[in-house]
Amino acid sequence: MNSVLTIDSAIVKAIVAHARRDHPDEACGVVTGPIGSDVPTRHIPMDNAARSMTFYEFDSMEQLRVWREMDDNDEEPVVIYHSHTATEAYPSRTDVSFAGEPGAHYLLVSTREPDVEEIRSFRIVDGVVTEEEVNIVDATVDA
Amino acid sequence: MAIEVRVPTILRSYTGGSKVVEGSGDTLSGLIDDLDSRHNGFKGRLITPEGGLHRFVNIYVNDEDVRFLGALDAKLNDGDSVTILPAVAGGALGFAAAAALLGPSHRSAATRKRTEGR
Repeated sequence: MNSVLTIDSAIVKAIVAHARRDHPDEACGVVTGPIGSDVPTRHIPMDNAARSMTFYEFDSMEQLRVWREMDDNDEEPVVIYHSHTATEAYPSRTDVSFAGEPGAHYLLVSTREPDVEEIRSFRIVDGVVTEEEVNIVDATVDA
Repeated sequence: MAIEVRVPTILRSYTGGSKVVEGSGDTLSGLIDDLDSRHNGFKGRLITPEGGLHRFVNIYVNDEDVRFLGALDAKLNDGDSVTILPAVAGGALGFAAAAALLGPSHRSAATRKRTEGR
């Protein structure tokens, strides 16, 4: 499958800022968009309920609230992101075993280098990881 | 009356694509058995071979996480709404920890992890 994630630079900037802010703990969140559009428009930083340097987990009650909101707005999770704080931006075995949104782009940010932005995106479907291109575009939405 | 169950994308292959199905049961466990009788295989995605609630899903009764309501013993009433969501989790866990998560004992490892995180 040849796919690409097209995402606004303001959203990418906000995701990287979130990851830097929470470093050395892992940061996580979601970017929602209209169902079927494949366009991420609304950035929602989530709490990492695990507050860990090697694990992240959405708080289950926050997730319910956000997923209901998406339902009400006819949105879906277009991007699910998290950071790795000491390793590369590539899905770990844990990431793969948990990946439960086959329609989402799994975006990983590594904050291991303070001055280098490392952002990569993947599809994870039935345990199979496929890297895709990240196409960063300018100013289509407010992050 | 029945119990409305909201099914996430990843489990809709068991429900013929339906986003919402109906079921019945006095407890979550009973409801899952009832759903499995019509949507074969559904139960295996929610309950581990050891009989516990699967780590990869969150289940809610109305607005509460069932982990706070007695998990599989959570009481249900007609008219309740049950929501299933994929748990969103992961991270650069160490190799041994990841293996423990993926192995047959993954649930207890995950539970410990959860406790540590609080």
